[in-house]
Amino acid sequence: MCATCGCSDDAGVRVTEPGHTHDHSHDPGHEHSHSHGHSHSHSHESETRTITLEQDVLAKNDLLAERNRGWLRAKEILAVNVMSSPGSGKTTLLTRTILDLAGEFPITVIEGDQETLFDAERIKATGAPVVQINTGAGCHLDAEMLERGLATLAPPPNSVLFIENVGNLVCPALFDLGEAHRAVIMSVTEGPDKPLKYPHMFAACDLILLNKTDLLPYLDFDVPAFLADARKINPDAHVLPLSATTGDGLYAWYDWLRVQSTHTQSHSART
Amino acid sequence: MHELSITQSVIDAVVEKMDGATVKSVRLEIGKLSGVVPDSVRFCFDVICAGTMLEGARLDIDETPGRARCRDCDEEFPLNDMIMLCPCGSANVEVLAGQQLRIKSVEVL
Repeated sequence: MCATCGCSDDAGVRVTEPGHTHDHSHDPGHEHSHSHGHSHSHSHESETRTITLEQDVLAKNDLLAERNRGWLRAKEILAVNVMSSPGSGKTTLLTRTILDLAGEFPITVIEGDQETLFDAERIKATGAPVVQINTGAGCHLDAEMLERGLATLAPPPNSVLFIENVGNLVCPALFDLGEAHRAVIMSVTEGPDKPLKYPHMFAACDLILLNKTDLLPYLDFDVPAFLADARKINPDAHVLPLSATTGDGLYAWYDWLRVQSTHTQSHSART
Repeated sequence: MHELSITQSVIDAVVEKMDGATVKSVRLEIGKLSGVVPDSVRFCFDVICAGTMLEGARLDIDETPGRARCRDCDEEFPLNDMIMLCPCGSANVEVLAGQQLRIKSVEVL
């Protein structure tokens, strides 16, 4: 749709189950060519009228997100939207979590990346069901993409679903997918100034996972200063320092998942 | 560059509501705290409008300043960035305005 900057809309989005050879491609040949030929002449300026809309720009996305949320809640699935910059350790944390919590509850994953099945292959190697969404030129997942991903993945009831968003600390913050929780992973190698530099992302989450803490001895990363800055943007977010590589701090993350999973099920039982 | 899909949503919504009318202008409200850059939306608007019933339409953007209320001292104050701090020092604040991202009106022939 956008020949100038090369960005694509849904036509460029692909949903793939790794191991399946067929691809769900959607015909991108969707052209609009309305011509407005007014051959009759007007001697006067046509009158215009103003129509008040007062409509939220993201209303359609938010409606679809609510539909996803209802679908997930009905199946008692805890959905966590995991967001971060590229290379913060999202996939490493998820693979380790899947292996460590095997047997506690079923875990499925929807992976979002612009291109490749790399992350989905890493998740698949753990044995967890996974679907890869490739957004093409898109910089974030939206509710419609998640709906398509859910239809392909078919996560089981009473499970945990991780949605690994496109690695990007800006755009995913604005798009509700229908998740129950939003977790931001930030690694200590990125520097402590990220909450102030990317405030929308840190304001939009309810959990901050400070990853790669095993590297703290080699870095000039002031953890208390980071926590103070994070609280300036989001006083309510829960912060858990951990290392997905060494396993330090993972127990707190697992406890958080256990508590939220229990909430998901007891909430569904009440409603 | 989420402004591209944001702007696409604007145009989709207008096309859907206006049902074939020739659109002369669109007025948006973009809050200072919305996370959306008005200049990027302007750039995307012309590109996406090409070939639709909005082609050539003017885009007007009202930028709404941010305002917040402190739950501790009950004062209202302007909020120009995402640092949620009341002048009294409390971070227990409620954002009242500045997060809007709305299509206000459309001018049609």
